[in-house]
Amino acid sequence: MTTTSKPADTNYVGQRTDKVDGPERVTGTATYPADLYLQGMLHGKVLRSPHPHARIRGVDTSKAESLSGVKAVFTAADLPPLETAKGGGGLEHFGELHSGFMALRVKTIAHDKVLHEGHAIAAVAATTPEIAEQALELIEVDYELLIPVEYAPDSMKPGSPLLYETMYTTTLGEAPSSPSNVATHLEEVRGDVEQGFAEADLIHESYHETKMVHQGYLEPTATVASTRPDGKISIWVSTQHTFGVRKLVSDLFEIPLDKINVIPLEIGGGFGGKVNAMLESLAVGLSNKAKRPVKLVMDRADVFRATGPAAPAHITVKTGTRKDGTLTACYAEIVMDAGAFTGAPVAGSFVTSFGAYKVDNLKLDGYEVVTNKPGVQAYRAPGGTQMGYAVEAHMDEVAEKLGIDPVEFRVINAVEEGDLCTLFEVPYNRIGLKEVLKRVNEHDCWNTPLEPGPNRGRGFASGAWAGGVQTSSAIVTVNTDGSVIVTTGQVDLTGIRTTMQQIAAQEMQVPLDQVTVRVSDTDSTPYNDGSHGSRTTYNLGVAVHNACHDALDQLKQLASKQWQVSPDEIEYAHSTGNGHVGQRPPSFWVRNDKKKTMELKALATISTQSGGPVYGYGVSTGLQRAPQFAAHVVDVEVDPETGKVTILRYTSFQDVGKAINPTQVEGQIQGGALQGIGWALHEYYDYDKGILKNPMWLDYRMPTTLDTPMLDVELIEVPASDGPYGNRGVGEVPIIPPPAALANAIYRAAGVRLNELPMTPEAVFWAIQKKK
Amino acid sequence: MAKIPISFAVNGDPQEAYVQPWQTLLSVLRDELGLTGTKEGCGNGNCGACTVMLNNRAVVSCCVLAAEVEGQEVVTIEGVAQDGKLDPLQDTFVKQGASQCGFCTPGFILAARSFLNSNPKPTEQEIRVAMAGNLCRCTGYDKIIRAIQTVAAMEA
Repeated sequence: MTTTSKPADTNYVGQRTDKVDGPERVTGTATYPADLYLQGMLHGKVLRSPHPHARIRGVDTSKAESLSGVKAVFTAADLPPLETAKGGGGLEHFGELHSGFMALRVKTIAHDKVLHEGHAIAAVAATTPEIAEQALELIEVDYELLIPVEYAPDSMKPGSPLLYETMYTTTLGEAPSSPSNVATHLEEVRGDVEQGFAEADLIHESYHETKMVHQGYLEPTATVASTRPDGKISIWVSTQHTFGVRKLVSDLFEIPLDKINVIPLEIGGGFGGKVNAMLESLAVGLSNKAKRPVKLVMDRADVFRATGPAAPAHITVKTGTRKDGTLTACYAEIVMDAGAFTGAPVAGSFVTSFGAYKVDNLKLDGYEVVTNKPGVQAYRAPGGTQMGYAVEAHMDEVAEKLGIDPVEFRVINAVEEGDLCTLFEVPYNRIGLKEVLKRVNEHDCWNTPLEPGPNRGRGFASGAWAGGVQTSSAIVTVNTDGSVIVTTGQVDLTGIRTTMQQIAAQEMQVPLDQVTVRVSDTDSTPYNDGSHGSRTTYNLGVAVHNACHDALDQLKQLASKQWQVSPDEIEYAHSTGNGHVGQRPPSFWVRNDKKKTMELKALATISTQSGGPVYGYGVSTGLQRAPQFAAHVVDVEVDPETGKVTILRYTSFQDVGKAINPTQVEGQIQGGALQGIGWALHEYYDYDKGILKNPMWLDYRMPTTLDTPMLDVELIEVPASDGPYGNRGVGEVPIIPPPAALANAIYRAAGVRLNELPMTPEAVFWAIQKKK
Repeated sequence: MAKIPISFAVNGDPQEAYVQPWQTLLSVLRDELGLTGTKEGCGNGNCGACTVMLNNRAVVSCCVLAAEVEGQEVVTIEGVAQDGKLDPLQDTFVKQGASQCGFCTPGFILAARSFLNSNPKPTEQEIRVAMAGNLCRCTGYDKIIRAIQTVAAMEA
């Protein structure tokens, strides 16, 4: 396709254009790291601890090293000395989670202690996977077993075995005098919560628990690293944050950033679980020693045990309301189980908490507690799902006690622009919660009776999420045929090659098929923050928009020189303007002078010889947040004989600001909803004294095609306050409402409120039995 | 243990390989023949990402020993498009947004192709039962089921 094709209407934003990487995905040609086979490549395997808590008295790798075919063995002893390691010092910025560098270092490979089952002890690179496997068996580890701590409320108690002898709770209050497993205590206060309770007609308190769950991405974590003889390192990754991988490897091995190139390949699902880099560092450690490419691919059991699932939570919610339904006070305490390393999303849980409710008196207490389980990572609206479940199930009870319809109760208390949000207590900009609730009330999934049947019930829940901002950047080059290339270092997790093609084609006013979007490596692109926090399309869209206009400005400069006029007099359009009506290629012309016209491709051709090729650069940084609200309605049937919950109908409502590509937006919402459904009904890590009993999908039950009906989606478009298109992030908030919507539906179907996830058939069955 | 010679057909082409007695069909396709479109999601038959067609029947190739396929016909995702033209399932998966991260997609396409070949006019529930062995974590299955329905209607 060349610029001779007729430009169509170039208003591509909002259209259901095809996913540009779709043909690669459906033909199996899309390349993920496990698909990479390089010349001379070695295969790595990782020795992982079978114990959840132990002191490492010694690691003897000599027999493994002497096995024929073994080219490198890597342990913590190969890292720069711990005593002098700086790693940038203190808290390192890693996407939305702030994890200490030391935590990341120890998470990558065990030093003096094993902190969870599956903790890496050593890695081996050999000519075949089988030899590497054999070598692992030859590594001798001398463990001194310690008592594991599995349950966060126990871990908090004085006298509990300690994971770290030097961990003192970080708190705004008085610093503790003795170490504990409580890493941090966060607080948020608004007004006077005690005063608010005193003003209430109804005070209600409830307690809720969620267990550890996994993001469940289909692609097991995998990477290939290659250290050249000159020391330059290339890392092929499946990560949400290439620049984060580069930074960690740089800090860990004390190598400058310019000596490390991180190359993003396709990513087979992340959901927050592929933000931090552990496996990449092990591959680099091996390749540094072997000076050959090394591939590491985790098996599914190791993915469960050693990547970073979502935090279990223990939540108390207490509210005060007046008879008319208005909230006078909201309180929540959340104990988040971080697993073995700090980084649990307590702040994320605050964002959701009472983020949808207008209240003058509020207090939030959040504790981050370590246990001998894998260190948690983000999982889609990190912290939001746990807290959203607790608060939305709680509010359903409150509405019932007050005799108010659950949607009406939310309408009475709904936040609007100007009300405070629970993230840093700043006022909301333009938000669409009221519009979402209005649409629910108008929809037949809510305002018509359930299909008749025994033990059926309908549930409702809402969800609030702030969405991330941070930094994105993009480069736009214009070829001599008028085609456009957008290059970015922002990882494509959710279809940005498609949405950025739409945005660039619209701004450059060229046909869609004349825009190629390329996600490139860290050597070739300016910095981007990770693809997480519902920020990618929102932030990168602004960067691409700005890069396009920078490119057009450069072309206008060039045109103005050609015609000896001011750049302000130059116009650009693909078809109309200044008498140029009808379909014609995108052109520049001088306002009020029809004769001076030049097509985009002609001007771009001149640019290579005059003034230099066009190179538009755009960034987005410091954007306002674009908060997201969702509401879900579900109809269920509960079988009292088995406790099984069958979903009959499911509808998601969400303010998306503006759907850049409605097909993709729906896909995000449907996928998020089903993950929430899995969290609600099936999924949990089943631990026995720190040993995971179900590290496989047969026993860790992710939803299948049989566990859900079609998932209906209603898009509401209340434009965001910032950005050129009004779009909001969409990916995360849909996972928040499902657990409470289902809990509330189960209550109406079977008369039992379950205050612990997952609501498995067994749990539902026993709850019904207990009620009898 | 000595390797075993096998000869079989992959996507219509004759192939020969020396395989370990314990080596899976998945491993031979990916590691020996370079056909990396077939994905390994779990290695124990739980997820369906490695689905291929063995004599027109969908199988999880991580649970088939390579030595078993002697003389048989295997179709992988690389063999689904004919003469550069996408199979209607592939085309519809793209057009209707049924593939997001794409890791499960090859398995779904093969499972759906095999299923539609044997049941050209399925109900929604029949499709759901047939696809229950294939996990997807991105889509919520909605657009996948709809894409298969679209193709069934198109081919009926």
